[in-house]
Amino acid sequence: MEEELESGVVKKFLYINRRAPHGTVYAHEALEVVLIGAAFEQDVSLAFIDDGVFQLKKDQDTSEINTKNFSKIFAALEMYDVEKLYVERESLESRGLKEDDLSVDVKVIDSSEMKKLITDSEVIFNF
Amino acid sequence: MIFGILVNEGPYQHQASDSAYLFAKAAIEEGHTIFRVFFYHDGVNNGTRLATPPQDDRHIPNRWSELANEHNIDLVLCVAAAQRRGMVDPDEMKRNKKDADNIAEKFRISGLGQLIEAGVQAERLITFGD
Repeated sequence: MEEELESGVVKKFLYINRRAPHGTVYAHEALEVVLIGAAFEQDVSLAFIDDGVFQLKKDQDTSEINTKNFSKIFAALEMYDVEKLYVERESLESRGLKEDDLSVDVKVIDSSEMKKLITDSEVIFNF
Repeated sequence: MIFGILVNEGPYQHQASDSAYLFAKAAIEEGHTIFRVFFYHDGVNNGTRLATPPQDDRHIPNRWSELANEHNIDLVLCVAAAQRRGMVDPDEMKRNKKDADNIAEKFRISGLGQLIEAGVQAERLITFGD
């Protein structure tokens, strides 16, 4: 169901992921928006703050909770030309995580840089 | 101003749909335009015509339908979210071989591209949800 826009307008899209990957459907369905949105040739960035940083945690295994392990999809985002992933340093640190614990390449930025990223974005999805 | 609206929560459980409705209504009254209201996550449940709230309560799906009728607003339920949650229009009923549909008047089911398009076309996209 690929849809295209003929307007030629390119906006700065920012997907802010704030929630843990499991427990609610928000993170999973957010990723579905990112994948569909990738077809629209917009300027896309993803931000991970608060419990959202857990979405990128390596070696997730959801077999015991009978849900889809969608964390593997993050590694495929590059193929969709979604390459700008930003993780807030304070969120990582306060959860005892390091960049090495993450499954994909990201740019770790501090909260003031995150604020700037949000301010500079034109269309913000907050999941 | 041209607004896009994203509703991420279901009716009655959460205030998001009420706030989105009141915002849309106020914006229209002030002369603004609503490009589209897109319903995602449990927000798709706002589009059921089978809701029967108590008579002294607001009827959230009907209220959206009436607003759309009066002002020609595009109300779109995300197809992927709708399929998971059993929101069905006549086309989906046929496609997925269901024995009924349940979509309310003036709502339609379409893809997430409609949300992205709202982001591109609207001057402001406003999210209602947590």
